[in-house]
Amino acid sequence: MPELAGIWSPIRLTLALASITTLVLLILGTPIAWWLARSKSLWKEVVATLVALPLVLPPTVLGFYLLVALGPNGPGGWVAGRFGGHSLAFRFEGLVIGSVLYSLPFVVQPIRNAFEALGERPLEVAATLRASPWDAFWSVAVPLARPGFLTGTVLGFAHTVGEFGVVLMIGGNIPGETKVLSIAIYDYVETLQWAQAHLVAGGMLAFSFVVILTTFLLERRIGRAGTDALNHR
Amino acid sequence: MTREDEHIQARFAGSLGGFSLAVRFECPMQGITALFGPSGCGKTTILRCVAGLQRMAGRLRVGAETWQDDAKRLFLRPHRRPIGYVFQEAGLFRHLSVRRNLEYGLTRIAPGERRVRPDEVADLMGIQDLLERRPDRLSGGQRQRVAIARALLTSPRLLLMDEPLASLDRKSKQEILPYLERLHDELAMPVLYVSHAPDEVARLADHLVLLEAGRVRASGRLGDLRARLDLARDLGAEADAIIEAEITAHDPAYHLSYLDFSGGRFSVARIGLPIGHKVRLRVLARDVSITLQPQTDTSILNIFPALVAGLAENDAARTLVRLDLAGTPLLAGITRKSAERLQLTPGKRVYAQVKAVALVE
Repeated sequence: MPELAGIWSPIRLTLALASITTLVLLILGTPIAWWLARSKSLWKEVVATLVALPLVLPPTVLGFYLLVALGPNGPGGWVAGRFGGHSLAFRFEGLVIGSVLYSLPFVVQPIRNAFEALGERPLEVAATLRASPWDAFWSVAVPLARPGFLTGTVLGFAHTVGEFGVVLMIGGNIPGETKVLSIAIYDYVETLQWAQAHLVAGGMLAFSFVVILTTFLLERRIGRAGTDALNHR
Repeated sequence: MTREDEHIQARFAGSLGGFSLAVRFECPMQGITALFGPSGCGKTTILRCVAGLQRMAGRLRVGAETWQDDAKRLFLRPHRRPIGYVFQEAGLFRHLSVRRNLEYGLTRIAPGERRVRPDEVADLMGIQDLLERRPDRLSGGQRQRVAIARALLTSPRLLLMDEPLASLDRKSKQEILPYLERLHDELAMPVLYVSHAPDEVARLADHLVLLEAGRVRASGRLGDLRARLDLARDLGAEADAIIEAEITAHDPAYHLSYLDFSGGRFSVARIGLPIGHKVRLRVLARDVSITLQPQTDTSILNIFPALVAGLAENDAARTLVRLDLAGTPLLAGITRKSAERLQLTPGKRVYAQVKAVALVE
C-alpha cells in the first residue's frame, strides 16, 4: 500500500478551488451571457472574443500575464497591500482569480446558447402578463435556460479541477495553499512515486467520467420535457 | 365620461425592415374590433405597438388613459399596460403546469384589481380538467384556450388577440370559436382581434379596421363596412353583407324559422336555436336579385322592399347595387344590362329577392 497521507490536502484544496471558482463564475458569467445573448452592440463581438481567448491561449501565456498582474507591482499586489499582504501570486486567492479567467468560456458559452435559444417570445409573453424585465429574467429566462446552467456548472467545475498550466505559473507548489491534485500528480511522477501517481490519475479519470456521464443523463431528462422554449402546436 | 373616454384612438407611423406603416384609427371601447387585411399589411405590427412590445412614433389613447404620446415623451412599458395578449402560438411557459401558467399573470396584479375569477374563467374556457397537466400534454386547441384564460386572469382593460386561430387545424378552430363567442357575450371586455380570415371576422367582429399595405383603408361598424361598394367590389364573387337578426318564431308545419331584422322577416330552414336568440346572417351579393314589382309567382320566400342607395360597375358586364332595407345595407350583384333595363338610380324603390342566406353563428 503506497503512502497516501499527503493526498488529502490536495483533494480538499482542489474541491475548494473548483467550488469557489464555479460559484464566482455563475455570478459573473450569467450577466455576461445574458448581455452577449441579447445585446445588439458592436462591442458584443469584442467581449465575446475576450471571453473565448482562454480556449486557444496556451495556459502559460495566461499564467504569465496573471503572474505580472497579481504580483507585488501589479494591481493584485496593490489589492493585497490593502489587506496587509504584498502579492496575490502564490496564494489561494490568486488561484481563484486565475481559474475564473481560465474557465470563463466554459461557463459563459453554454448559458449564452441557452439564453439565445429562448428567443424574444417568452419574455414578451411575460411582459404582457405584467412581469417586469427583472421579474421575467428570474421567473422565465433562468428556469427555461436550466440545461445551459447545468452544462456550464459542470464544465466550469470539471475544467477547474483539471487545470495545470495556469496553476503552476501563478500558484507554484505550496502544500495546503496552492498544491492541487494536478500538481500533486506531477510531483509524484517527478519524484518517481508511480503507485501514488497511478492512484490519483486513475481517481481523476473516474471522477471526470462520472461527472460528464451524469450531466449527459440529466440533460437528456430535462431535454425530454421539451427542448424549445415554448410550446408550439 | 366624454366621448373620447369610450374609445381607443391610435396613430402610429414608422418603418420596419423596408415596410412602412402609417395608420390612424379609432374604435369603441366595447365589443370586438377586427384589424383585418391580407398578410403583410401591418396588422400584427399595430397590435404589438398597442401592447408596447414594439415602439413606433405615434400616440395611443385607451379610454381615459394615454399609453403613448411622443409629444409628451410618454411611453408606458408593456408590463405597465393593463392588457391581455393572446399570441398566435399560445406561448405557454413549458416549465410551468397549466395551473401555474394561469397564476403567472394573476399573482402579478394587485388583489384589488382582480375582477376575473380563476374558477369562472376555467369554466368559461372549459379547462377545469387540465389544470395539473404540463403544456406539452395539451392539444393545440387546449393550449390556445389556456392562453386565453391566462390573459383574461390579468383582468385586462383591453384584450389583444393576434390570429389566435391561425395556427390551428379546422377541428381545433371549430372547438375554440364558441369560447370566443362566449367571451364576447359574457365579459364586457373590449377586444382588438387581428385576422385575415373573412369568415372569422364575419362571425366575431362588431367593428372593423380594414388595412392594406400599412395604411387604413376604411374603418367602421361591420355591417356598414361590408356593404360599402368600393370595398365590396374588390371582393368580387365574395362580396356580401352581414345582417343582424333575431329568431322570432319557428314554423313546425314547414320546418322553418323566422328571423326578424329592420327590413323585414327572413324565412329559413329551421335553426336549432331558441326564440329570442340573436344571429348573424351572411348574404352574398350574387344571391340577391332585383325586381321593380313584388313577385308572388316565385319560389323565392325572402323578398323585401328596398331603396337603391348606390351603384358601382364591377366590370363591363356586372354591376354591384347597394340597397337600403330600412337601415340595413344589402348588396345585389346583377348584370349591367339589367341595371340599365330596370333604370336603377339612387333613390329608386325596388324589391330585393334573396335566394340564399347563411348563418354565421
